[in-house]
This record gives sequence, structure tokens and C-alpha cells, in this order.
Amino acid sequence: MQGTNRSCFLRGMRDGIPINLGYFAVAFTLGIAARQAGLTAFQAGLASALTNASAGEYAAFTVIAENGTYLTMAIMILVANARYLLMSCALTQKLPSDTPLWQRMIVGFDVTDEIFGVSIAVEGKLNSFYTFGVITVALPGWCLGTVFGVIMGNLLPANLVSALSVGLYGMFLAIIIPPARKNRIVALLVAVSMALSFLTSRLFAGISSGTKVIILTVAISAVAAWLWPVKEEDTDGGEKKE
Amino acid sequence: MRNPYIYIAIMAGVSYLIRTLPLTLIRKEIKSPFIRSFLYYVPYVTLAVMTFPAITEATNNPIAGVLALIVGIILSWCGRSLFTVAVLSCLTVFIAELIL
Repeated sequence: MQGTNRSCFLRGMRDGIPINLGYFAVAFTLGIAARQAGLTAFQAGLASALTNASAGEYAAFTVIAENGTYLTMAIMILVANARYLLMSCALTQKLPSDTPLWQRMIVGFDVTDEIFGVSIAVEGKLNSFYTFGVITVALPGWCLGTVFGVIMGNLLPANLVSALSVGLYGMFLAIIIPPARKNRIVALLVAVSMALSFLTSRLFAGISSGTKVIILTVAISAVAAWLWPVKEEDTDGGEKKE
Repeated sequence: MRNPYIYIAIMAGVSYLIRTLPLTLIRKEIKSPFIRSFLYYVPYVTLAVMTFPAITEATNNPIAGVLALIVGIILSWCGRSLFTVAVLSCLTVFIAELIL
């Protein structure tokens, strides 16, 4: 990408504005989940500022709500955020090879679906300062949205909290359904995953949702990878949104 | 509840390692088709497992959750934005719980 570090940073800040707004809304419903798990507004805001992951944080909050072990928490985050490993692998090819370590360490801090999406989409090689600009604008929306979700969740009437608590699931559907429409194997996997998730909850009432998500995700994905290996160009960066 | 700050430290630490190891130490492409395919499928499977049946347990009335699931799938299928899908799923629950 062309331009000085400064101009790249400013361009990143501009592209971060819509991400900030979307993050605020999604993080708000995440804050409601955090409140239900028993976290304070400060703790939830801290978790969001440091973890930057919708599905990962949601999964983590369910582990906290169930008083899961620390090991369960670690595996849960590993599974729910595994896709970021793939995105970072794609992103490292996009950075100039002489990019200093400290810049790589900051870029890596906030690899999310959206920030990965805009960073990988720039023309040519990626100037780290572009991503720094996106993070500067987007991350506060994520963090503050979570804090407001916890605080407002306490003030709002029960029927509003009930309605808002499905916002996050709506977002999950918006991530998985469009690729399922294009790829029949993904569609099949989504259907099988939901069915097995439902059956597991019914048949093994004692299983924690954290353990269930981990076991089903690893098992179903491994079988799928064995049966239907994807072509290389399809897997670059994992899921891509918008 | 265990110590929330240890939970948060684990969340942050594991997430950070997943994201930065490929950018700092490894810096190579993953070649194994199995691992690439596995990592490709994981997000879809994990989000699907986390969505259902949990969406029916998040609402006061489980039927409202099922309706939100159906509305969410239809809107996403029609290519509506993440924000639209999230808001209209919420609205579905709100209206359904007023009626049911």
C-alpha cells in the first residue's frame, strides 16, 4: 500500500469507524452475557479490551457462568479462536518481511474477523500503521459496548434483556449462513452441528456447555477435514466476511 | 465462582498466543491439508454448536428463541448484513414475547 506511515494510520482510522459502530452493538449484547455470568462492568470491559473476540468471549463467559476449570477455559478459547491462527498465517504473508517484531506483536493483538478483513484487503503489502489506525478506532467501541451492556443490562426491563440476548446469536448466524449457502459441505456441517448440539444437551444433561462445544467442534471438524479436505485457495484466512 | 481475573488472564493470554505466534515465530504457511481444512471448518462448527439450542435458552420463552433462530437464518440466507440480522432477531423475540 502507498503512503507514509502517517497517511496509512489515518486511512486505517477512517476504515475503523464502521467497525467501531458494529462492534459497539455486538459487544453490548456480549455485555449482557457477561453480566449473566456474574462479571462486573470493569471485569467485562477488561476481558473485552484484552481478548477482542465475540465468539471466544461468549464461550468464555459460559465457562465462567458454569464455574468451569481454568483448563476448560484455556481449551475453550483455543477452539473458539482457532480461526485466528489461520488468519494470522495469511496476514504474515501480507506484511513486508522486514516488518519489525514490535509491529507484528501489535498487529497480532487485534486479529478479528473484521480487522483481518480490511487489513488483508489493502492493495499490495500491508503497512502495519494502517492496522494500528483501525485498531485505535475499533477497539474502544468493542470495549465500551461491553461495559454498557453490563451496566444497561442491570437497568433494562426483563423482556428487553431477553430480546437483546439473542443479538449475539443473530450475529453468529450472519457469519455462518452466507458461506453455507455457497458451500454445500459447510451447510451440511452447520445442520449436523446444530442437531448434535441439541441431542448432546438432551442425552447428557449433566455435560457443561463448555465441554460440549469443545468436544463437538473438534470431532465434527476433524471428521469433515478428513472426508472433505478443502483446496488451498479456499482456506486462506479462513472465513471472510463482507 | 473462581477468580475472575485468572479467567480473564487465560482468555487474554491464549487468544494472544494464537494470534501472534504465526506473525512472529512461525511466519510460515501451514502446509498440511488436514490442518488447513480442520481450521477452515472449525469456526462454522463451533458457532453452530454454540447457537443451537442455546438461543432457545437465552430467551424467557423458548418459542421466541426458536422464532429468532428461523428469522436469523432466513435473513442471513438472503444476504442481510450482520447488524440487520442481529437487530431483527432481537425484535422478533421482543414481539413474540409480547404476544405469547
